[in-house]
Amino acid sequence: MNIINKEPERYEIEALLPWHAAGTLNRRDSDRVEQAIAGDRELARRYELVREELAETIHLNESLGAPSARAMEKLFAAIDAEEARSPRHQRSLDLGARISEFLSQFTPRTLAWSAAAALVAIVAQAAVIAAVVLKEDTPASGPRLASVVGQGSFAVVRFAPQATANDITHFLAAYKATLVEGPLKSGGTLYRIRLAETRLPENEVGKIIQQMQEESRIVGFIAAAD
Amino acid sequence: MQSTSDEVLIGRIANGDRLAMQVLYARHHVRVFRFVIRLVRDESAAEDLISEVFLDVWRQAGRFEGRSSVSTWMLAIARFKALSALRRRPDEEFDEDNAATLPDQSDDPATTLEKKDKSALIQKCLAGLSAQHREILDLVYYHDKSVEEVAAVVGIPENTVKTRMFYARKKLAELLRAAGIERGWP
Repeated sequence: MNIINKEPERYEIEALLPWHAAGTLNRRDSDRVEQAIAGDRELARRYELVREELAETIHLNESLGAPSARAMEKLFAAIDAEEARSPRHQRSLDLGARISEFLSQFTPRTLAWSAAAALVAIVAQAAVIAAVVLKEDTPASGPRLASVVGQGSFAVVRFAPQATANDITHFLAAYKATLVEGPLKSGGTLYRIRLAETRLPENEVGKIIQQMQEESRIVGFIAAAD
Repeated sequence: MQSTSDEVLIGRIANGDRLAMQVLYARHHVRVFRFVIRLVRDESAAEDLISEVFLDVWRQAGRFEGRSSVSTWMLAIARFKALSALRRRPDEEFDEDNAATLPDQSDDPATTLEKKDKSALIQKCLAGLSAQHREILDLVYYHDKSVEEVAAVVGIPENTVKTRMFYARKKLAELLRAAGIERGWP
């Protein structure tokens, strides 16, 4: 018989007996306990005490009954009241999901190499796109991009009501454009986008805007801007 | 047939799916209720608390990160709410000093044993433990929580979980001894 003589080891094994009885140990620890019990009569006796406690704890808890229907009624009344007051839940989580969806398009390597500022800009853009799509009643109070536009060529745009977050994201990516400001205080649902990092000739900007304007499923209105 | 996992339900709840909330409630409300009532010892208060727990689940589902199982997460919320409720009741405290009510010894130990009602006596001693000790025994024996999960629910290190479990069992043995059941341990 392989009795555990080392007290620290025995204490360690004995401390695991409750979890072994409940079946919540990992495979390795479970095997250790099994082996120890098989070789140590006193430990096996103590294990039986643990099993007895476990059985009685279950009996005791099972005798506690269940809550009345009142608890469920109260819960769903509270949920209904909350949703009636403000369907915030659906909105905010859709926003989160859309941002996640947007970010999931980037490979981990891309994200890893992105500068922190760029990542912040991406997230901010995604938040604004989501707000556009959610058609916030008061855009001025929704997510807003900082008005730090810097150099480049710009346009102001109003997205079409039926455009989804995905549509807008892909549209901007296809034209290598970025949302840089908005919603504009003067324009309600207008957003400023950067068409290029450099100042392009006027006719070239005009061509891009014309192409963008043709995507009527996504763009409601677009015009060149300073 | 495989039922929808709790994690999937939480995802649906995060999108405002009321039916998913009903499924999750049906699946867990009894256990959460029993965990809470063992702490607060008041059925009406426990019912109010589980409504609050599940309302928090509804509100916070979008922030669930899956670092623990859903049931562990809910028990942690339930524990926090139960302790807050206990703190509002000055006569109840969640500590060692207040607890450990000895079982009723209207019968002398020998007579009690003669009744051969060992099971009832053990349950009585289990009920007489402090809230802290009841909690850990319940989490391990009834709620099937691993050492790591108990640590997550209670908010203590894993080694402390094992130590606390040991002392809870030791206290139970003392209560049993006082009630006439000598188990030869510790």
